[in-house]
Amino acid sequence: MSIMINGAAMSLPEDPRVSLLDLLREHHHLTGTKKGCNQGACGACTVLVDGERIVSCLALAMQYEGRAVTTIEGLADGNELHPLQQAFIEHDGFQCGYCTPGQICSAVGMAAELKRGAPSNVTGDLSADTIAFSRDELAERMSGNLCRCGAHNGIIDAIGATFAARPEVAA
Amino acid sequence: MNIVEQATKVTKTAAQGLMKKAVELAPDSWIPGGNPDPLIRQQHGHVGKPVSRLDGPVKVRGAAPFAAEFATEGLVYASVAFSTVAKGRIATLDTATAEAAPGVVLVMTYRNAPRLKPMPAFMSAAKAAGGDSLPILQDERIHWNGQPVAVVLADTQEQADHAKSLIHVVYEAEAATTSFEADKARGTEPALFQGELMKVEIGDAETALAAAPHRVDATYRTPRHNHNAIEPHAATVSWNGDELRVHDASQAVVHTAWSLAQVFGLDEKQVHVTSPYVGGGFGSKTLWQHQVLAAAAAKLAGRPVRIALSREGVYRMVGGRSLTEQRVAIGAGDDGHFTAIVHTGVTAMTRHNAMPEPFIVATRSAYAADTFKLDVEVVHLDMLANTFMRAPGEAVGTFALECAIDELADRLGMDPIELRIRNEPDKDPTQGTPFSSRHIVEAYRTGAERFGWHNRAAPGTRREGEWLVGMGCATGTYPYYRMPGGAARITLTRDGRATVAVAAHEMGMGTATVHTQVAAERLGLELDQVTVVYGDSTLPGVVLAGGSQQTASMGAAVIAAQHALVGELLKLAGNDSPLAGLKPAEVGGLDGGLCKLDEPERRESYASILSRAGRDEVTAEAEAPMPLELQHWSMHSHGAMFCEVRVNAVTGETRVSRFLGSFDCGRILNPKTATSQFRGGIIMGLGLALMEETQFDERKGRVMNPSLAEYHLPVHLDVPAIDVIWTDIPDPHTPMGAHGIGEIGITGTGAAVANAVYNATGKRVRDLPLTLDKLL
Ligand code: FES
Ligand code: FES
Repeated sequence: MSIMINGAAMSLPEDPRVSLLDLLREHHHLTGTKKGCNQGACGACTVLVDGERIVSCLALAMQYEGRAVTTIEGLADGNELHPLQQAFIEHDGFQCGYCTPGQICSAVGMAAELKRGAPSNVTGDLSADTIAFSRDELAERMSGNLCRCGAHNGIIDAIGATFAARPEVAA
Repeated sequence: MNIVEQATKVTKTAAQGLMKKAVELAPDSWIPGGNPDPLIRQQHGHVGKPVSRLDGPVKVRGAAPFAAEFATEGLVYASVAFSTVAKGRIATLDTATAEAAPGVVLVMTYRNAPRLKPMPAFMSAAKAAGGDSLPILQDERIHWNGQPVAVVLADTQEQADHAKSLIHVVYEAEAATTSFEADKARGTEPALFQGELMKVEIGDAETALAAAPHRVDATYRTPRHNHNAIEPHAATVSWNGDELRVHDASQAVVHTAWSLAQVFGLDEKQVHVTSPYVGGGFGSKTLWQHQVLAAAAAKLAGRPVRIALSREGVYRMVGGRSLTEQRVAIGAGDDGHFTAIVHTGVTAMTRHNAMPEPFIVATRSAYAADTFKLDVEVVHLDMLANTFMRAPGEAVGTFALECAIDELADRLGMDPIELRIRNEPDKDPTQGTPFSSRHIVEAYRTGAERFGWHNRAAPGTRREGEWLVGMGCATGTYPYYRMPGGAARITLTRDGRATVAVAAHEMGMGTATVHTQVAAERLGLELDQVTVVYGDSTLPGVVLAGGSQQTASMGAAVIAAQHALVGELLKLAGNDSPLAGLKPAEVGGLDGGLCKLDEPERRESYASILSRAGRDEVTAEAEAPMPLELQHWSMHSHGAMFCEVRVNAVTGETRVSRFLGSFDCGRILNPKTATSQFRGGIIMGLGLALMEETQFDERKGRVMNPSLAEYHLPVHLDVPAIDVIWTDIPDPHTPMGAHGIGEIGITGTGAAVANAVYNATGKRVRDLPLTLDKLL
């Protein structure tokens, strides 16, 4: 039984109570993924599973056998940061940095959803094939990721600069 | 606090009063900041540049280690059980099933916990950091609903949490005081904040108020708040013999080490607290019972312990901002001149802490008036100790004061900005001391212009479809503080690199980045030649990351350390140097060496000085002078806050559509990180205005919404693009000409929103938060 984490096969826990978040943090010491509430309310634990964003605190690790998980540690290409990581630095999209891995992973997943035309609560025309990377769309779709330091403007600016200018960066 | 303690404090205050008078009257040059920091004049160096955060790359990679992320051999996980009554005693306590559960290493209760002294409560001594001064698992008494009653240690968190659920406690509850109204009816007591009575009386304000041709007189209420840093409180703790090692999430590493030493009967040097990264603090990341519990359990079990509070655990064990009920009454003449300002009211605290929410502090220096009556009264409840939360006093006090000003302007038919400017004081209105730097009028003028304030319509007259649109403004203000105890060490090596060490903190304020800029400029080095180390109790200085004072504290300490370093270097340089014969005060850093300040060509590089002296490095450590400037001048930051809201006429929903903060906070050291800090404060202020409330069951004394799902924070869609501008006028009396800016953003914001809602709807809401039910 194993799970792919950032391209490497890793073991699953024996204890069925272990969440995917705790598997990452406590069993495999991938502490980049954060725990802010452990109940699905803050988004700090967001990771990508087969390209889709999920809150890993509400996922039981065992159920992810054979799935491919990408965490914040797996986004950069060696020393080369992911363009969104770079944009977060340039646009000052964080202060303490605790919500940051979740924001970044969430934004990568979100960009893919937007690109394939999945509508959101603020989408005006539900029948449109493409949806613009507008500020409201980004803000609505990122609202599950809390930031208490108040880096919201920098976060949305970084996401906008990364994906609106170059939608091809989105998966 | 009993009456004897109160009396002692008051006597002490009288002696301090004499000292204070002397400091007020002393010539400027005797006071720290009397001679402006030379760095203020340097306009083309590192200071003032929008440098990106130096810790950015590790943070965006998820490689920055936080307190719960230090792996240690033999680590066990803690889980905490909380009391479910507010007062009484534990009648029966059954831990047998929990002890027998898989993986359990220890169940610690009052029966087997080591004997501990209570934490020294914050502000009860110079380095006290405890949230309360109650016994910690020492007896069967219960003091609040949520008090820890047992700690389970197990090999995994899952095992610890499960075992905790098997602990069976029966309480013998006693009548508790948990109702604010009921306790208020029994009488209040005067508040002491930082040893000072929260009372100001100048003239007869009530009589002046009654005689005033125009007046407002209303009651404003603000609820309890929680900090809700996204990183929950956590610590990884181990013992090595008698030495205690704590990986903490802390905004007070030295205070925490000293306070833990008191609890465990150790010398403070035996406690080592580090906190390289902190996932937000806002006043909450000090010493609470969890670090003590973890250390006690680690001692008992002989194993290192990780205590990572659940989100609910943070609400049960870590206090937040208390509630307030404030009366603000202002009397004015026909020209708008204030004849009386009354700001009084009541807040709740406990018998085990020293923190009455001091909501009048901003009012003491905000406006000129003929008479003042300011007073904070307290009631004591059986609840978790409340504490400092971002701009304690000002955040909620400015809500009441600045709404009242808006109400008065409305009554007078005057523009609220003009009314404020008309009552602008020329010296501190209650202290009489001169302002060190005050440019709020300029901040208002620039802000109003940029925001388009002149487009504001009469209340309730601007409508776009379903949406009522309005604008409001308010003044934000926060003092400039510098606490005693700042110190720094600078080590300079022959290859021209410097390490600056201060026991300070980086919780996201940009400390590491900004102080690298400042130190590099002072020393005449490039940014990549300077390393600032911090977040470690063994480093120099007692530096609280609180009161927005860390920048000033570090700034003054680094000035002192650099002065000492220059002295050392001049000694080493000797008579063969172009610098021979100069005094440290005449010399500064430039281009990798020292030069005579007014004759920069007279210079020698650090490398040359050190190599001629045959030295690889030189180190100097020094303490900052006592912060006498705070008594010599009235020192404050200011903000003119502008808000536009859209209120839905059908649902009552309020959306903030535009916000501008126009700040007067001395010189801005790094525009990029400063912008984010200002916005962060404003966003927390939007939360305070529109949604935040810790709901407290007055019958049971229990917090009812201990989760991020039920305590609402502003999310991305709640936050518009926030415009931030500043005067950038240096304060001539502070290090770098700067003020700390961590708290100012939340001040005035609540009132700016409420005033905008009034302008949009014609409805005045005086109870926070401004939820839609109050607008329907
Ligand atoms: S930790 Fe998973 S959503 Fe908060
Ligand atoms: S950067 Fe601190 S919570 Fe977002």
